[in-house]
Amino acid sequence: MSRRPIFLLTCLAFGFAFLYVPIVSMIVFSFNKSRLATVWGGFSTEWYGRLLDNELVMEAAALSLEIAFVSATFATVLGTMAGIALARFKRFRGRSLFSGMVTAPLIMPEVITGISMLMMFIVMAEWIGWPSERGFTTITLAHITFSMTYVATVVQSRLSEADVSIEEAALDLGSRPWQVLLDITLPVISPAIVTGWLLAFTISLDDVVITSFTTGPGSTTLPILIWSKVKLGVTPDINALATIMVVVVGIVVIAASLSMNRYEARRERDAQLALKNNG
Amino acid sequence: MSQRRTARAPFGAWFNTSGWRDLIIATPYGWLLVFFFLPFLIVAGMSFAVTVVATPPFAFLDGWPYLRGENYARLVEDDLFIRAFLISIGIAATTTVLCLLIGFPMALCLTRVSRAWRNLLLMLVILPFWTSFLLRVYAWIGLMNTNSWFNKALTNAYNALVPAEMALRAIQMTNTNFAVVLVMVYSYLPFMVLPLYANLERLDPALDEAALDLGSRPWQVFKDLTLPLSIPGIIAGGLLVFIPASGELIIPSLVGNASDPMIGRVISDQFAIARDWPMASAIAVVLLFLLVAPMIAYSHFEARAQARKEMEP
Repeated sequence: MSRRPIFLLTCLAFGFAFLYVPIVSMIVFSFNKSRLATVWGGFSTEWYGRLLDNELVMEAAALSLEIAFVSATFATVLGTMAGIALARFKRFRGRSLFSGMVTAPLIMPEVITGISMLMMFIVMAEWIGWPSERGFTTITLAHITFSMTYVATVVQSRLSEADVSIEEAALDLGSRPWQVLLDITLPVISPAIVTGWLLAFTISLDDVVITSFTTGPGSTTLPILIWSKVKLGVTPDINALATIMVVVVGIVVIAASLSMNRYEARRERDAQLALKNNG
Repeated sequence: MSQRRTARAPFGAWFNTSGWRDLIIATPYGWLLVFFFLPFLIVAGMSFAVTVVATPPFAFLDGWPYLRGENYARLVEDDLFIRAFLISIGIAATTTVLCLLIGFPMALCLTRVSRAWRNLLLMLVILPFWTSFLLRVYAWIGLMNTNSWFNKALTNAYNALVPAEMALRAIQMTNTNFAVVLVMVYSYLPFMVLPLYANLERLDPALDEAALDLGSRPWQVFKDLTLPLSIPGIIAGGLLVFIPASGELIIPSLVGNASDPMIGRVISDQFAIARDWPMASAIAVVLLFLLVAPMIAYSHFEARAQARKEMEP
């Protein structure tokens, strides 16, 4: 085999072009003067100005951010617990059902999750009078449910890689359970918790299908608003909105992964230092 | 010191005595039971109900046996549903194969570049996944429009290749199954690349070199060594693409052909437009049993086999 895999590099370049050309094109055309979304008519930042003046868009964005923040926080707590349970407690009653329920939402067609959630809310409203109306609460409950399973998966895989004997050694040396949890387990999985929160936040911010089923009158999230606009056609102000979202998310994700890499490198260095000093 | 246990207690067992374990298990367990499992029981029950004109629009039979299986019979009889299932499976299978053909060389190449490049490129594979799914679909709608630069470039390339009498003014791309497959491949490609990369990265490069030193040709190494060893990655990536693709709702609604609805669209229409909740539930149950249950069973057994392998000396 040639040591320079020309063919493979070409494939990689083609793959990345495929992934990024649409996004770059969208960003370029957000600065387009023309009303036609994909015909160049000169440079302009007009659409950004119009977007910021659009109250509907701003309200929807605020609602989306609020839901994403609340649901990501709850999902991180619940998902971390689920991840610890799956990685550290090998035997408990109903473990198969539990791990099935954690895996299922990851691959389930969203339309099924959405419809079943909506039916439950309607049947519950019928039987026990709650939830009396659908909106912020029902959307947030649905988002917590499916994003906690993403958090659980990330935390579980992180914890399965970590050495359980450190936790057991701390136990043997007389630490209390909550001390082990707070001083050893949580710091070990803290990068996974950060990733999980970010993942839950972006998934919630992005969700259309499940939100469209669990929402009610008056609760329009940003993706629902975009969905209804896109169905009517491509317009330049959506290009501008998309650019803002892509750039913000890109910066946050890159910053988070860089700082996590640094954190990991420091931990590794500390661990090696500790080994050297003791050996 | 007398209280100290002589043998190391397993972490789990020790937590058990403290009550923390129960709390850590029971909280997410209870949540998922109420908000994930209960809804499915309701859908399963609903699939045996009768549609009535009321709010909510369903009722169960008054007398024994309370449940009615007619919705499932209709699924088999009405070719709208069978056709939607077949179209969904066809589109999802095409998407999966194309993702594999594009993603496999990408993943293989990622294992061959230097470590610094690898981290950067991996991040670039993941980054689109973090950005809005809807907006990525939207970006393609813009590109496929008949007056976009992309469509014009494709049309020019096409016109240069075919005789003048077959020349087109523009290629109709939106509202076709081709557009659905294209946008799905685009959206799901990272789900194929990442598991394949994780699998290929674990292969020992010394094996390749040994085979080459012993006189194998590069494509033989690929066919006899790399490909068989990467089958677990192919299966994992394939399922991660195929299952969500077969139930996809947004992409076919935005760029698809309304006369060839996929099954996700049929469920949604039965629910929201026809207001036939029992029928929508029955389709959802069948979709679940045909597609999702095999996948969960597979990953369950895979995890068991993995655990057994690790236990062996």
